[in-house]
Amino acid sequence: MSPTPPMSPTQPTSTTVDLDVWEIVIGLEVHTELATATKLFSSAPNHFGGEANTNIDPLTLGLPGSLPVLNEQAVELAIRVGLALNCTVQRSTFARKNYFYPDQSKNYQISQFDLPINVDGSLELPDGKVVGIERAHLEEDTGKTTHVGGGGRIHDAQHSLVDYNRAGVPLLEIVGRPDLRSADEARAYVSELRSVLVAVGASDGKMEEGSLRVDCNVSVRRRGEEEFGTRCEIKNINSLRSLGRAVDYEAARQVDLITAGDRVEQQTRHWNEDEGRTTLLRSKEGSDDYRYFPEPDLVVLDPGSEWIERVRAELPMLPADRRHRLVEQCGAGVEQAALVVERGLDELCLAAVAAGADATRTLTHAEHNLSDGRSVELDPGSFAALVKMELDGSLSATQAKTVLAELVAHGGDPTEIAAVHGFEAMDSSELDGLIDALISNHPDEWQRFCDGDGKVTGFFVGQVMKATQGKADGKVVTGLLRDRAG
Amino acid sequence: MSERITTDDVAKVAKLARLRLRPDELTRFTEQLDAVLDHAEDLQTLDLDDLEPLAHPAELSNVLRADRVGALLDRDEVLASAPQAENGRYRVPPVLGEAP
Amino acid sequence: MTAGDAISIAASVRSGERSATDVLEEHLARIAEREPELHAFNLLTEEHARAAATAVDERVASGDDPGPLAGVPVAIKDNICTRGVATTCSSRILEGWKPPYDATVVERLAAAGAVMVGKTNLDEFAMGSSTENSAFGPTRNPVDPTRVPGGSSGGSAAAVAAGFAPVSLGSDTGGSIRQPAALCGVVGVKPTYGTVSRLGLVAFGSSLDQVGPFAATVADAALVSEVIGGHDPGDSTSIAAGFPDVSSRLGDGVAGLRVGVVTELTGEGTTPDVAARVRAAADALADAGATVEEISLPSVRYGLSAYYLVATAEASSNLARYDGVRYGLRVEAPTTGEMMELTRTEGFGDEVKRRIMLGTYALSAGYYDAFYNKALKVRRLLRNEFDAAYRSVDVLVSPTSPTTAFPLGARSDDPMTMYLSDVCTIVSNLVGHPAMSVPYGEGDNDMPVGVQLMAPALGEPTMFRVAAELERSLR
Repeated sequence: MSPTPPMSPTQPTSTTVDLDVWEIVIGLEVHTELATATKLFSSAPNHFGGEANTNIDPLTLGLPGSLPVLNEQAVELAIRVGLALNCTVQRSTFARKNYFYPDQSKNYQISQFDLPINVDGSLELPDGKVVGIERAHLEEDTGKTTHVGGGGRIHDAQHSLVDYNRAGVPLLEIVGRPDLRSADEARAYVSELRSVLVAVGASDGKMEEGSLRVDCNVSVRRRGEEEFGTRCEIKNINSLRSLGRAVDYEAARQVDLITAGDRVEQQTRHWNEDEGRTTLLRSKEGSDDYRYFPEPDLVVLDPGSEWIERVRAELPMLPADRRHRLVEQCGAGVEQAALVVERGLDELCLAAVAAGADATRTLTHAEHNLSDGRSVELDPGSFAALVKMELDGSLSATQAKTVLAELVAHGGDPTEIAAVHGFEAMDSSELDGLIDALISNHPDEWQRFCDGDGKVTGFFVGQVMKATQGKADGKVVTGLLRDRAG
Repeated sequence: MSERITTDDVAKVAKLARLRLRPDELTRFTEQLDAVLDHAEDLQTLDLDDLEPLAHPAELSNVLRADRVGALLDRDEVLASAPQAENGRYRVPPVLGEAP
Repeated sequence: MTAGDAISIAASVRSGERSATDVLEEHLARIAEREPELHAFNLLTEEHARAAATAVDERVASGDDPGPLAGVPVAIKDNICTRGVATTCSSRILEGWKPPYDATVVERLAAAGAVMVGKTNLDEFAMGSSTENSAFGPTRNPVDPTRVPGGSSGGSAAAVAAGFAPVSLGSDTGGSIRQPAALCGVVGVKPTYGTVSRLGLVAFGSSLDQVGPFAATVADAALVSEVIGGHDPGDSTSIAAGFPDVSSRLGDGVAGLRVGVVTELTGEGTTPDVAARVRAAADALADAGATVEEISLPSVRYGLSAYYLVATAEASSNLARYDGVRYGLRVEAPTTGEMMELTRTEGFGDEVKRRIMLGTYALSAGYYDAFYNKALKVRRLLRNEFDAAYRSVDVLVSPTSPTTAFPLGARSDDPMTMYLSDVCTIVSNLVGHPAMSVPYGEGDNDMPVGVQLMAPALGEPTMFRVAAELERSLR
């Protein structure tokens, strides 16, 4: 391992790239830990982060004479993800990737190289964009090296300590094609991928805890150019926010280099969250020679159509399909559908609509009034009843919101909740009286209303609401005012 | 000498394999490896285009293990035979550079 | 004097005629006498052995059957893991390491009532053909101690030849059981790849390695093969079929069997005395009713190159784990990178370094297709050629080694000449087929000559029948 070269002297001067001139090209490699009980090739628990070196067995430590045997459940989860990403699940083999590093107990990583289990897939983002997936292959994780002394910085460490609990944990590396064009798209891609992984039960999707690790390849090119620019790979991205910042920083750095007449060198760079910049880890030119070759301790993995079709039949509905369903069955907007599905409220909305609730009003509530995580527990029948009460005028919009919040927090019957709050349908004669009084007390405002000045509508509605303590329905009030104005 | 492999090649290979060679060893190993590679030249005369590589004599497939936790090693016992350990971890000198 | 073969020992121990303890002490006495001269063992485990023998005797006394190898002393090659007992691979790099587990083959021997007497010397990490590449000094040939016992399982071969144990275990990656068996005048078997578990065998060339027995008789070798063989879910390359029944067929004779003598392995390079013994063996089989013909396997000559590329490539990766971090030797240095480099430089001997470098080279960018991948294709070519040969014959015959045992030091300066010792044996490993060496008289220097029998995958029953016939023909 050669010492890490000093940081690049060239720092970007701008933080935003002129997107009329430049195009950012992003390809993501996402490693996800698979939610199995044991490691990829041995029966030690797939659990780490606790007491060091407790989940170890001979293979985890790379002891002489130990041998790997593939975990069936890891394959099952890999197939689930592959199918969820529209991949072809194929006959695959394992290979050894050889490199020396102390947290790699055998000094080679068992991975899939020329024949990965999943190839040629795609992922549809909420806005409808389809991103290519090159492959999604199985491999083992490494242990963890802690650098001691020198403030934990690798270069100043006095010594290092190695914990192998994580060594051998199953990973699926999902390699996306360079189809992304902005930080927003990159974030949307990871977010969508995470939803898919969670939906199929492959991963808990916790990026901050390292269950989902993102390596980001960024290059820039002038708009209209056919060739991709030289890319840099950014590591240590631990959140969606970091991903966006890192992409923007790195793109700006590369544009600055090119603008200054320099060229972008192919590098691996480290995202530093605190400093908000990427720094050079190593140059890829003359990079390590991993000497991949077929892993002789393992045999061919060929799941076959029976296994694959069984998994396919058992797949849950995926986020993209759920969005489409909401659009088709409830007339949801694209963004609305994305939000509702992300909150996991689509089943609730569909059930409420099936129980007779108005689709538009139901979705509006899901979008604006159901951000509480407990909303998924809401009883669809009660939700439907509430929407109906609102629509038949028994509750005002404001009242409906209050009742809904209560339903989410405590459950119950919307009619009873409304009664407890004293929410009743306003007698229209009561409203008529109120409005007549307001008109006579505010002749100037009334004249402006009659002249078509919409701004005073709010004044009258507000006054009615104040007088009725919110019981009146704003829409009904507006209607009555219009009636009077003729 | 046919020079199928040079001292530079051997030096590079030794570095990849984490071996350190003295200058006399470098010369000697280069000569010896060259002799082996010279013998291996016979393979270059064969027409092997139509043959599938045989990486493994067993040619088995789908050997799988149920996802059940098995026996673990005792940490203290294992660390007792480690060259150096500290707080339940393997202790090594400073590591320069990140893993690839 | 009672019979010293494993089957006789087990029979007498099971019947209560002899005690396992007495059997053990007889062998320990023989070891005490000649071990200082021969150095077959890296470690003698007398204490462990006495406890195991006592346990066997107690089981017999209580009416239990300790198993088919009851009270049989066995020697284990020191690259096979033994729980709590140092396993060194004859390398400095594993200094101080004691495996926390037994290899599957060791478990199975113990379960059959066998008594381990010690760990035998080998060429470091099984890389060699003379047992001179050991960090602990060479083993000598019991027949003539100025000569090598062959290798890499020289210690296990010598242990059986010297009567230290009636049977022993070795590992065979390119001939490491058969060649020393031939040079020491004992039976040595490399079973079909996948029939004997590799779990707990310290890997050299994973797609080539197989554990197998040494024995003084064909019947003992058959019995030990059956005991250690069979499916192991802990080894992904273990075949489900289990080890074939060989013992019950040993007396079937060879009448009607078709035997092919491999032209390419009996001509040039083979010394005339060895070639003469192979012809004598073929004649004996013909006399016993087999049809014998010459058969040509033209690609066999490419086997050596293919073998040295595949075996070293796998070894370069298998031996990467010896880095001073987790177990064994560490040479301290200011950084982990330097520590790993110094540890490996100090810990490995020259032959291991040579092979690691050759393998690293064969796998490195730009050479993979020219070397490693080509070697894999030669492997396929050989497999095809053997499959074709086995359509016309049942077993193949050749010398096990082109020469008899050579003097210590004779080939140690010239790796390529040493590699040529393996020319007859490596093809079986490349194709994964079974093969064995049967002693068949002596050469000009009165040193033993071994005849190699080869058979198709799972062809052990026929192979052992032929071996038994050769053994009979010498009586």
